[in-house]
Amino acid sequence: MSTAPTLPASAGLGLKPEHYGEILSSMPAIGFFEVHAENYMGDGGPPHRYLSAIAEHYPLSLHGVGLSIGGSGPISRDHLARLRRLVERYRPASLSEHLAWSTHESAYFNDLLPLPYTPGTLDCVCAHVAEVQDALGIRMLLENPSTYLLFEDSTIDEIDYLAAISDRTGCGLLLDVNNVMVSAINHRLDPHDYIRRFPVGKVGEIHLAGYDETHDEAGERLAIDAHASAVRPDVFDLYQFTIARTGPVATLVEWDNDVPDFATLKAEADRVEAALAHLRPGQRRVA
Amino acid sequence: MNRQVLSLALATSLAAGFGVAASDQATAQDMEKCYGVSLAGQNDCAAGPGTTCSGTSTVDYQGNAWTLVPAGTCEEMELPGDRMGSLKELDRDLPS
Amino acid sequence: MDAQAVENRFAEALADPARPVPAGLTSARGEADRLRFAVYRNNVHVSLVEALAKTFPVTRRVVGEGFFRAMARAYVADHKPDSPVLSRYGESLADFVAGFPPAAGLAYLPDLTRLEYAWLQAYHAAEAPPLGARDLGNLAPDALLERRLVPHPATRLVESAFAIGSIWSAHQEDNVTRMSIGHPESVLLTRPHAELHATVLPTVDTPFVQRLLDGASIGEAGTHALQCDGAFDLARALTGLLALGAFQRLPAHSEENPT
Repeated sequence: MSTAPTLPASAGLGLKPEHYGEILSSMPAIGFFEVHAENYMGDGGPPHRYLSAIAEHYPLSLHGVGLSIGGSGPISRDHLARLRRLVERYRPASLSEHLAWSTHESAYFNDLLPLPYTPGTLDCVCAHVAEVQDALGIRMLLENPSTYLLFEDSTIDEIDYLAAISDRTGCGLLLDVNNVMVSAINHRLDPHDYIRRFPVGKVGEIHLAGYDETHDEAGERLAIDAHASAVRPDVFDLYQFTIARTGPVATLVEWDNDVPDFATLKAEADRVEAALAHLRPGQRRVA
Repeated sequence: MNRQVLSLALATSLAAGFGVAASDQATAQDMEKCYGVSLAGQNDCAAGPGTTCSGTSTVDYQGNAWTLVPAGTCEEMELPGDRMGSLKELDRDLPS
Repeated sequence: MDAQAVENRFAEALADPARPVPAGLTSARGEADRLRFAVYRNNVHVSLVEALAKTFPVTRRVVGEGFFRAMARAYVADHKPDSPVLSRYGESLADFVAGFPPAAGLAYLPDLTRLEYAWLQAYHAAEAPPLGARDLGNLAPDALLERRLVPHPATRLVESAFAIGSIWSAHQEDNVTRMSIGHPESVLLTRPHAELHATVLPTVDTPFVQRLLDGASIGEAGTHALQCDGAFDLARALTGLLALGAFQRLPAHSEENPT
């Protein structure tokens, strides 16, 4: 497994097709762009034309949503081959995926579904991560999930679980601070405690996004990882708490539904950039 | 109807042929000439919009959908004879 | 319970809204919660319907938003994607539409849906240099007639007993006026460079294009087209096809020896 280049410790944005033209004509100051790998798995055409042009000017992060690394079944050879072609084509500065499953007996559910944290699933996930890294020749980042329910079978704490995967496979971690908040609300946990215990030295990228909120059957808060709005104040506060521990880290703002105009996204990135800049003079990680 | 006829035909002018129903009204712009039309991708990693309410019930194919009538521009499409846009024949297929 | 059994139960409950929350799931208050599980169930269905809505915008306009979503939900319930690449999801939607009783009055709809799927595949197809008239210019007439052409990776032909090309074209704009659609149309999709073209083929040329795309030589295809209609004009048809970028220019050495 060779080492991969890393993303710059600055603010990045999810690349949306509705903004291709504006980005190419105005070349805004953005640290990097991230795409969902599956949207670029066609052989050619406009998506690759635009992405190639943009990747000439910005570091690129490939964020997969379909490998089903947390699934009990084998990793799809076909999908891994598609991902490999994409990695070879773009030589991205980062490749990440989710601690979740999405494929079951060849049916793809298009959602990031949860798994119980047990020694058995840990072995399976580690084998999958190792397989992906071997096949792609790249160190990947694995993202902490947002979850809505818990498994009675789980015997390992989520952070210990992620840390063990990283220790055993050498993969890095993608710390999604919005997911931390969503899961903390949903499972009555302290999000700051989660960040305090997270192995910050393994964090290669941070994600931020907006969440929605409703109530469950008992009327308790139910937060949903919607990516349809600006980063909420509680998440941004948690982010500042996070980077005080990690030091400057590449940070992506995700906004996938009800995508606003580019200026609105850029303002979100600027907010993140300001928080990162505030850290830089002499601030070191406390981990 | 033989190769000779075809060869002769080939000897005629090479002017372009078809009437084109263009798909590219917007492509006058340079960007689209170079890169093409930008379409939103189908893959995402977020919860879908309206995700908290729309699939909680069992209302589906077996329920609502069968009483649905298309309501878009289909009324503007004229088919000859009695095949024209009518949805009357549906009634016999409704599940009991 | 092993991981696979957990996943099985989860997947079954996702598919069927009548099922209870699968055993083994709980919440912070210590019990399973139907609304929490519904978030997963909804994510699956809503996001797949959304993916279809992006792939089939004209079908959506023709039947209306509410009808389209109900039909798409019915399709999603029984047809999950077999790959995470959702730009390839929905290939069988046309067949489903053909058997969907509420859409039975819209006889042209399955072919229109087929055209939209083909359009998206043409959009994502590999880049390749198109074959131009100049590339064939040096061939003697006999050699030209022997020649078989390789379709460009983006080229697709969608045929229908209805005017699907006219419908599709009219629906690129908001205002659709009353139109007659009872005549057959064959639509050729080409993307020689960045731009995708949808072309309604002249009826007289359609047999020629079919045969060429099936691998017949120019002579074989032309002979067939002439048999179908004595008014067929090979030069005009071939030149038009080349201008649309329907075929692929192969590297020089293989140009010499086409198979």
